[in-house]
Amino acid sequence: MPKISDDSDLRIIVRDVRKRFVLRHTHSLKESFIALLRRKKLTTTFDALHDIDFEIREGESVALLGFNGSGKSTMLKLISGVLRPDQGQVLTRGRVAGLIEVGAGFHPDLSGRENIYLNASILGMSRSEVDERFDDIVEFSEIRDFIDTEVKHYSSGMFVRLAFAVAIHCTLDIMLVDEILSVGDEPFQRKCLAKIRELQTQGKTMVVVSHDLDTVARLCDRGILIDRGRVAFDGPSAEAVAAMRASRS
Amino acid sequence: MIPSATPRGFVEPGHGAGLLDVFRRRYLLTLLVRKEVQVRYRGSVLGWLWSYVKPTAQFIVFFLALGVFLSQNARIESYPIYLFSGLIVVNLFNEAFGNGTRSLVDNAALIKKIYLPREMFPVSSTIVAFVNFLPQVLITVVVCLFVGWHPTVPQLLGVILAMVIIVILATGLGMLFGAANVSFRDSQNVVELIALVVTWASPVLYTWTTVRDAVPGWLLTIYQINPVTTAVELMHAGFWYPTTGEQLPLPPNLAMTSAIALLISVAVLLVGQFVFRRLEGRFAQDL
Repeated sequence: MPKISDDSDLRIIVRDVRKRFVLRHTHSLKESFIALLRRKKLTTTFDALHDIDFEIREGESVALLGFNGSGKSTMLKLISGVLRPDQGQVLTRGRVAGLIEVGAGFHPDLSGRENIYLNASILGMSRSEVDERFDDIVEFSEIRDFIDTEVKHYSSGMFVRLAFAVAIHCTLDIMLVDEILSVGDEPFQRKCLAKIRELQTQGKTMVVVSHDLDTVARLCDRGILIDRGRVAFDGPSAEAVAAMRASRS
Repeated sequence: MIPSATPRGFVEPGHGAGLLDVFRRRYLLTLLVRKEVQVRYRGSVLGWLWSYVKPTAQFIVFFLALGVFLSQNARIESYPIYLFSGLIVVNLFNEAFGNGTRSLVDNAALIKKIYLPREMFPVSSTIVAFVNFLPQVLITVVVCLFVGWHPTVPQLLGVILAMVIIVILATGLGMLFGAANVSFRDSQNVVELIALVVTWASPVLYTWTTVRDAVPGWLLTIYQINPVTTAVELMHAGFWYPTTGEQLPLPPNLAMTSAIALLISVAVLLVGQFVFRRLEGRFAQDL
């Protein structure tokens, strides 16, 4: 079969992407109508991202770097499909699991076991895939004794451990990680990082957003620095971190 | 390579196949429904009995006010069955529609963070309402058997058709109003208003013959092509009619209005899906 240029090992393509947020100032029909009568502006727009172009290959680990409000979380949401670009194209190959926020789909009134199944399934797992991973998830979270207890009775540490365990075991081809490298106590963090490394050696593609620059630089080989919605640097992660620190010091 | 072409094997994230995706991910759908069913009455002593307290209270109030005080009970044979069989299908509609409309706002936390087919939420609301509805049908069946019930096969198929019409209609409307509710929370108030009107705009408490005698023909036609009215009449045809001496007639054109009602429901579902997909791109931003 002929290969289509050199796209065969790409996982994520971001082409000329612009994301514009429209902030509406009204939240009911009445308010909209009054604002219209008074000729007030109904909305203001701002561009969270513009002219973003990059490609990520299979097995790459990429850190998205930037200060608060730079647009890196928006970029992650575009890759996961939660948001859609206003211009340009985001393309992914393979199954994407988003750890956009650990525990987003957890319900406090369900037991740990029920939450594992619900969340893994939300993240795209089939029933048999969850069955397969169930013991590993429980093992990793270290809460076997409480697995049939309602999650609302968990301590915050237990909750985060369970949520992270589910998320990390639902890794498919592409994994999106947002600001979750700081969960749990130190031994647990070390365990998480070890697990992420293991996934990297398995050839999973990873896009990581974190403010913990040193950890992220160690974890990823490549860094993309986003500054006010534009790519300011794309290259080795250590250099990206240096560029980021230099830009605001 | 053309710059804007999609290379083989790639997909645009966030662009799903709508309702089809919901059925492709049936397992997630069953889990969401089970969660909803489990969580709903957690922490209450009566639990799921609460979902029977409401129709029972409603039934008693209507039966006393209309059946006894306004003597519908004397006018309509087996009035309790007439009332209850219509009431439960209208409640199914109102619950599925109302919960479907609120479902997206209620699940905002999830929608903003993880991509999954968002149609999942209105659809699971309808299924939860249906799960709640089935035992009420069972009660109706038991009562009917008790008073002597001799339904024909078409009448029983009519009951199933009534459920199909309501499920499709409520899902479609839930998607339509739910999508609108993301931007304009007025939508859920409109739905409450509709719920109020629907109970009275269908022959739940009175018979269609009183409408026929009071309004001109064209208005009766409009009244009858309301899919909820048709569903109520199909319930009457299945449960109430076979328990009576068949003195009061069913609408003669019920087969035709059923076909129209089914078509309208499917059309509403398609419109709902279309509008939902148009607005979906903004859900994560606007919630």
